[in-house]
Amino acid sequence: MAILKRDLALAYRQRAELMQPMLFFILVISLFPLAVGPEPKTLQLIGPGVIWVAAILSSLLGLERLFRDDFQDGSLEQLMLSSTSLPAAALVKVLAHWLTSIFPLIILSPLLALFLHLSEPMYWALLKTLLLGTPLLSLIGGIAVGLTVGLNRGGVLLALLLLPVFIPLLIFATSAVESAAMQLQYSAQLAIIGAMFLFSLALAPFAIAYALRVSQT
Amino acid sequence: MWKWLHPYAKTERTYHLCQRLLPWFSVLGVAVILCATVWGLAYAPTDYQQSEAYRIIYVHVPTAVLSKSLYSAMAVAAFIGLVWQVKTSFMAMMALAPIGATVTFISLITGAAWGKPMWGTWWEWDARLTSQLILMFLFLGVISLYKAFEDKQQAGKAAGVMAIVGVINLPIIHYSVEWWNTLHQGATILKLGKPSMPSEMLWPLLLSILGWALVSGAVFLLRMQNEILQRDIKRPWVVALAHKNSALSEVK
Repeated sequence: MAILKRDLALAYRQRAELMQPMLFFILVISLFPLAVGPEPKTLQLIGPGVIWVAAILSSLLGLERLFRDDFQDGSLEQLMLSSTSLPAAALVKVLAHWLTSIFPLIILSPLLALFLHLSEPMYWALLKTLLLGTPLLSLIGGIAVGLTVGLNRGGVLLALLLLPVFIPLLIFATSAVESAAMQLQYSAQLAIIGAMFLFSLALAPFAIAYALRVSQT
Repeated sequence: MWKWLHPYAKTERTYHLCQRLLPWFSVLGVAVILCATVWGLAYAPTDYQQSEAYRIIYVHVPTAVLSKSLYSAMAVAAFIGLVWQVKTSFMAMMALAPIGATVTFISLITGAAWGKPMWGTWWEWDARLTSQLILMFLFLGVISLYKAFEDKQQAGKAAGVMAIVGVINLPIIHYSVEWWNTLHQGATILKLGKPSMPSEMLWPLLLSILGWALVSGAVFLLRMQNEILQRDIKRPWVVALAHKNSALSEVK
């Protein structure tokens, strides 16, 4: 709990850095109407995919911050030596990351749905997939960040490691929104995303803790 | 079982095991692959729908099957390494990864070559193709993560975690042809009931899968030996081996 408070406070003090993923998210999305053309039909067609891809990319930007500062100033080592269980601490840090750098994106999503002319059922489907799916980005991302935190040039490597792993999530999320656009049921896709979320919620904290220990030695 | 396996945690024993197995795998593998390819390309019957172009199946399917098995083998090696701290299993993992990437690449290329006459396109964003492409990126990601570390023991652990995380892609490739109705044809061999293929075509295919598996096994053994020598280059037994080999070549 104290870690959560501390991380949230730290993030709040560095508001400029906090804004960066959000601005990046909006900018990437506003590039598409310029590049593909502003016709509502096309935008509606590519909209959900664009929002998801932009969310994944901007979460990558924020992910690097997850452990790097703590690793560099030694507080991560302190945390490992303390009596708190490392998987629980990792889970809390991931939660703080999700709250600070991904949750704002979800709050922004009505605006973006408006930009990209999404219909109302599409928007609700998009919101549900984002709510269920983005915690996965933080959880799985945490593993890769934990592994690369000791390396000096982790940035591109992080993207190379994570983007392939995120693709299944992207496929199911966009197919849910597509189904919603055609007025079909999409609970199956949501169920799969939910299953992936629960699965990683159960295992990722331990993997992150292990990854941090590997990096620390 | 444990008693039997335990000595192979020592690199020296594994090196000599590889040395003993290598001729079997390489000779048998080349023989089987030759036999299967000649059978498949020259003697197997012509397909009524795809005529001669289907024959690339004798390269495409074995490599595609192997790409997935090699990934699983790599992940299993990583798991063994992480759980039981066996040093050789990380070496096995890294010996497997480039083979897997190569085999995946071959299956993508032959798939493209097959797709052009059949579907009229080199590449299609179809579920099977895309997930296969991702598989190649997973292999490359594991390799580059391993290379990024200075300390190879640490590198093995890190790459092992990533290899296990990537296993999520395997069921997706396997079921991609059932979940999405796209261009790629459905499962023909591995399915319940009879394989949907006449046996004159099926036998050379199964044989060539075996041949490719044996040849990758041989390459794996070679790479494994290489990996062991590189890692243990300053150990006495490697030095002794080098002395012995150089003495042999001087006698010749």
